[in-house]
Amino acid sequence: MNDQIIFEDVSKFYGEVLGVNRISLSIPPGITTLVGPNGSGKTTLMNLMTGLVQPSNGRISVMGLSPANSPELFRMLGYCAQFDSFPRGINGWDFIFDSLMLHGMSEAEAFELTQEALERVQLGEAAQRKIAGYSKGMRQKVRLAQAIAHHPRVLVLDEPLNGLDPMARAESIALFQELGRQGMHLLISSHILDEVDRISDRVVLITGGYLVAEGSIKQVRQEVREKPMQVLIRCDQPALLAAKMFSVNHCVEARLHTDGRGVFIRTGDIDQFYSMLNGVAAEGLVKVESVAPADDDASAIYQYLIGSDGGAS
Amino acid sequence: MMDAIGNFPRHLALQPWGLWWIQARRLVRIEVRRNLFSLRASWIYFLAFIPTFIIFIHFIFEAHHPSWMSDDTDVLASVIQLYYIRLGVFFGCLGIFSRLIRGEMIERSLHFYLLSPVKRELLLLCKFVAGSFSAVLLFGSAIIADFTLMYAGFGVAGRDYVFAGPGLGQLEGYLAIIVLACLGYGAIFLLLSMTFRNPMPAAMIVLGWEAINPVLPSLLQKLSVASYLRHLMPVSVSAHGLLALLTVETEPVSAWAATLGLLVLIGVVLLYSCYRIRKLEIRYSTE
Repeated sequence: MNDQIIFEDVSKFYGEVLGVNRISLSIPPGITTLVGPNGSGKTTLMNLMTGLVQPSNGRISVMGLSPANSPELFRMLGYCAQFDSFPRGINGWDFIFDSLMLHGMSEAEAFELTQEALERVQLGEAAQRKIAGYSKGMRQKVRLAQAIAHHPRVLVLDEPLNGLDPMARAESIALFQELGRQGMHLLISSHILDEVDRISDRVVLITGGYLVAEGSIKQVRQEVREKPMQVLIRCDQPALLAAKMFSVNHCVEARLHTDGRGVFIRTGDIDQFYSMLNGVAAEGLVKVESVAPADDDASAIYQYLIGSDGGAS
Repeated sequence: MMDAIGNFPRHLALQPWGLWWIQARRLVRIEVRRNLFSLRASWIYFLAFIPTFIIFIHFIFEAHHPSWMSDDTDVLASVIQLYYIRLGVFFGCLGIFSRLIRGEMIERSLHFYLLSPVKRELLLLCKFVAGSFSAVLLFGSAIIADFTLMYAGFGVAGRDYVFAGPGLGQLEGYLAIIVLACLGYGAIFLLLSMTFRNPMPAAMIVLGWEAINPVLPSLLQKLSVASYLRHLMPVSVSAHGLLALLTVETEPVSAWAATLGLLVLIGVVLLYSCYRIRKLEIRYSTE
């Protein structure tokens, strides 16, 4: 059986709103993290691979199976979705036990697996209480327990560390790492970037519905480095600065700000750009007031992944 | 084509019927528990048992002379045809069945089912069975209680009417009507709740459609639950004024034809619902 999760030219539109566009990905076993700002398409990708939404174009295959109405797939897939809601009036134990019974297990088997899953997430006796009375962290734990209870081969986790206290977060990360070592597919979305490095074998960088980069942290760092970045420089002579900057190879675009007091520079080499800007400022040709990245949230992620010294932070 | 038809029995035999049976039993159990044992179900209990309460008052406080039994029989038939079929079962099923899919989308919990290894068509049919079971249990119990209380006050004459006369046959007829009404309205409301974000306006149109159905051409009358049920009433109701519109029989139809017609209607609606649930997407943000 194919052990990859494959997206082939997958697009998803919600009416006229873009979810993701022309995503092609091949994800091998191990821990893969989806990174991107809110609304970038991470949850859409996860919902697509679990069949909760269907692609407008393209094809998805999870371990050789199509996610559309595929009971076979859900025997080996667990999804801990971001939706913080549960069937009304249910307690933690029944929530997991009922879902296991839908796999066609005997009561004894479901009982054993429920107990095991609850122990793994350390929910203990709280499982007998109604979920409605749980804290956010406990609800996150019971969702995680339900997703792993049937021993899936693919585990999809949408922001699984949200709402967890530092101790629970460390325990969850240890659990993910253990599951990854066991050869399981783990696809995790996260915006807590300092945790990405620690738990991921691979990262997939997505923004605005587009795949920006994918691969190991090292590969992504290289890919991102090669992409032009846009910077806004506020100064007294933007036209002069634009002319100066545009004369060098790494500056691919220079555009004056509409208020006439700044210039957008798109550069393929941010280090050289800063060094040249320092030179211009030192010569006193232009009085620079401020310099700021103009790529919104994604740029922050790029900067993080690249690291200020060129190494992963 | 012929090959496909020839292979169909083999294809059927290869399906995991044992697993489906286990899953169906569990699903129905979960759904029935939620339909019947929640605070939200209280108003459906109210809809089912409010006539029972009134008949109970009648049983306790009013005299029962054997010569008035035919009047009470008419009253019971009117309660069933004009209240239960037109309002009680209608709104009860609206409450139960529209919650099965749409309610879970509003509560953002439907994805747990869709992520389980259960075929979506099986999920839908089990939800339908559970909803039907809950509705039949509530309204069937109410009808039995109504019937018992209506004739209990007549003592020996009432007992004779029920066990030696037409009473028991009428009760069977009423129960059959309630079962068919729950199935029919249930299928329609299940489909409406999957089609519309707010099924209430569509349900009101269905209510209006059911009311004006007797004056429509006979082909359109076949697209109505109440029109089939009218032909199955064991006691004809003599209503006056606007209410007469709800009881009129425009075209005589045999009981088996009416039953079969309604079952076909239910089957078609469920088939289309199965198609819809295959295409269903979870987009809670738009709910």
